[in-house]
Amino acid sequence: MSAREKILNAIAINQPELTALPVMDRNVLIRYEDVYAQFKKVLESIGGKVELIQKITELKNKLIADKASGNFVVNAIAAIGEVDNQVVSFTASELEKVERAYIRGTVGVAENGAVWIYESQMVNRLLPFICQHLIIVIDKPAIVPTMHHAYDSVDVAREGFGAFIAGPSKTADIEQSLVIGAHGARSATIYVIE
Amino acid sequence: MKATHATLAEKFIADEPRTDWHDETLWFVREKRDKAAHGLPEWEQLREWGSQIKNHTLSNLSDYLKEFEEKATANGIKVHWAADGDEHNKIIHEIIRKHNIQKIVKSKSMLTEECHLNEYLQEHGIEVVDTDLGERIVQFRKEPPSHIVLPAIHLKKEDVSATFHEYLHTEKGNNDPQYLTEAARQHLRDKFVQSQLAITGVNFAVAETGGFVVCTNEGNADMGAHTAPVHIACMGFEKIIPKAEHLSVFLRLLARSATGQPITTYSSHFQKPRPNQEMHIVIVDNGRSRQLGREDFRNSLKCIRCAACFNTCPVYRRSGGHSYHTAVAGPIGSILNPNLDMKANADLPFASTLCGSCTNVCPVKINIHEQLWKWRQVIVAEGYVATSKKIGMKGMGFLLSKPKVYRFAGKMGRWMMRIVPFVANNKLNVWYKQREMPEPPKESFRDWYLKNGKTNKK
Amino acid sequence: MKVALFIPCYIDQFYPQVGIATLQLLEKLGCNVSFPLQQTCCGQPMANSGFASLSKGCDVNFVENFSGFDYIVAPSGSCVLHVKEHLRDEKRPEVAQKIRIGIYELTEFLTDILKVENINASFPYKVGLHNSCHGQRGLQLSSMTERMLPEFSKPEQLLSMVKGIQLSKPKRNDECCGFGGTFCVSEEAVSVKMGKDRIKEHDANEVEYITGGDTSCLMHLEGILKRQGSKVKTIHIAEILNSGL
Repeated sequence: MSAREKILNAIAINQPELTALPVMDRNVLIRYEDVYAQFKKVLESIGGKVELIQKITELKNKLIADKASGNFVVNAIAAIGEVDNQVVSFTASELEKVERAYIRGTVGVAENGAVWIYESQMVNRLLPFICQHLIIVIDKPAIVPTMHHAYDSVDVAREGFGAFIAGPSKTADIEQSLVIGAHGARSATIYVIE
Repeated sequence: MKATHATLAEKFIADEPRTDWHDETLWFVREKRDKAAHGLPEWEQLREWGSQIKNHTLSNLSDYLKEFEEKATANGIKVHWAADGDEHNKIIHEIIRKHNIQKIVKSKSMLTEECHLNEYLQEHGIEVVDTDLGERIVQFRKEPPSHIVLPAIHLKKEDVSATFHEYLHTEKGNNDPQYLTEAARQHLRDKFVQSQLAITGVNFAVAETGGFVVCTNEGNADMGAHTAPVHIACMGFEKIIPKAEHLSVFLRLLARSATGQPITTYSSHFQKPRPNQEMHIVIVDNGRSRQLGREDFRNSLKCIRCAACFNTCPVYRRSGGHSYHTAVAGPIGSILNPNLDMKANADLPFASTLCGSCTNVCPVKINIHEQLWKWRQVIVAEGYVATSKKIGMKGMGFLLSKPKVYRFAGKMGRWMMRIVPFVANNKLNVWYKQREMPEPPKESFRDWYLKNGKTNKK
Repeated sequence: MKVALFIPCYIDQFYPQVGIATLQLLEKLGCNVSFPLQQTCCGQPMANSGFASLSKGCDVNFVENFSGFDYIVAPSGSCVLHVKEHLRDEKRPEVAQKIRIGIYELTEFLTDILKVENINASFPYKVGLHNSCHGQRGLQLSSMTERMLPEFSKPEQLLSMVKGIQLSKPKRNDECCGFGGTFCVSEEAVSVKMGKDRIKEHDANEVEYITGGDTSCLMHLEGILKRQGSKVKTIHIAEILNSGL
């Protein structure tokens, strides 16, 4: 008998009688008067920066200036400039030099400051993790109160990969002292479009 | 005999200032958890949902695993099954051999600790680099992690500084956590970009989609998994949940319970391998199906490894993770490990005052302290206690069930304080080592009552 | 109201004053109290050590002594919890069941059954309250810091009725003292360290007494206090509630 059969048989014999899944009443969930204010408050408390802007095009000049600085800047947002599609095939040692990456997010979550990003929005899966500084752009109406609402709005199986990212990379593994910038981005700025 | 929790704890406590520091630090984490939980009016309801989803999953586990396998396979992920730790290690070794892989990075996976994967691969001449900062620190020091979420919590920054000076050539005596973390970042970025294989754990695997979720704060799981041409994710079969929507409940509970964060920085949802990447999942039993069959203990398989029970446990905070001599320490470890090896871990269910705090913080409502009590009964019934203790307990049971004998013994010299310590520890009066004995009164309550009590005696 | 008094073995043998205070307090509050004379122990010392199988004799003796009462009251959260959770009698299961339902820890009996609103007692001292785990988490005598539920405390509710008392709480209000039954000797180092840490927090409040509903916790803390040469004394909550004007 294969390990698979051995395991599945043992489980089938030992698992208890079927119990029901809970019915989750959304009425008990926390409500926020202003989801944007909550999103900003939480994200800033975990090391992120949040800025409200009127139009996405406001970021065009910022991107141009960033690129002109001589740093390796990658843009993954069509609305603010040409998308650097070539990074799809970049190796990790090439991406390791990315100073700043501009990436679109789908949904923001007020209760925890997380933003969902699909793989297609990242261009390369590694990009939001390996870049030194991460810039994410979301729409204000796309901020939902809780994770329950967030999973309503995204389809986690739509693409090969996706992630909730909440602020910059961090660790407290040395004496519980918080250090921002463990392995991933040293900073995370989220631009919210009004 | 191998060292028990009690003797290892005594050694830990011998350095009292460090014990105080350890206790305070973990209590601080517990307080952060309280604050985060208080932030959600639905907290207790969330725990109930988490518990019910997990109960349901365990009750339909074989079907959910088959569903997961089918979906994952359709997504291009290769699914493997391992009956025990050894099979798990061999599966991974085989993949390494097939690709002639030299450079391996691994993010945190308590399962691989449980299976002793690193040691196994090392014996075959293969080096694995642990990439979680805490795990890298203890790996340099050739120590096991002492906590499942905070692996190096038993160490102070001076210790880390000395270790990094030795292995990463950081400045001697520079204890700044920022500086030390930066050094690890540079060192590990090199390892990431060169990696040929990334091994990760799995926090949740979704039956409905065939995908899985890995949570980290550092981003180390992603750095490896999105770089290496081969990714192996290792999971105990209890990591399965039915639907993607259920992730909402668990992601809300996990980080709040673990560290008081509203969510981990990265909650990565892996669905398919990258083009030209190989993605494997190893589903491991290693005693879990046996635990599933133990009615009193099966719900320990609901655990989501948040370590809230560690941080709240007054014993863990004062004895340190290594005193539990197992991969998963703390209260949850003490109800999981007797299933893995009852004889070797017979001491663990006794390393608790049964205060019940663990049960109260558990985000999926595992009745940990009740299971500790029940394991004690099983361990005694299976004969894994000292004969002297058995004889003493028999004597006590006899004495206390016979009113006349009890009273006679009481008069004979307040038997209890004499017999109890002996029975429990097999040494003469351990109570007295750091505590005074209660002063024996001139008469028992019953004696007083017979003289002074009311007349309506039964 | 037929009330039976259960005085756990170690109180009977070492702390008779706790039994006396409990009896007098219940009688003052108008209860008709009986003390079944052949009682011994609830069986917890064996059961918590893994020898529940050896506590059957205790169980049978307990059922013999305590059948036929409306209520059974004991000044010990721990023993009451053990009876509530584990008392079994194969020959008389329904009697054992009735006892499990009818047994109360002293403070919950006062607040929930007698619904005491006034207590004629005075205790003009600085007192720190130690919540025993079995009382607090097991019997839910007070809210717990781990749970996100409304705050309450039955022992505090009663102590607040005592004249002159200055009640204080330690920083970690529901941390275990480390007694834990045979744990206090089988894990001596951890047990004592836990007790010392509780005392340190009460010391920070400059208390004169540490009180609580479980003599076992207090015995452990008393042992450490005495060894430290501390002036702080331990006293069972029944003794405070029974202290005359």
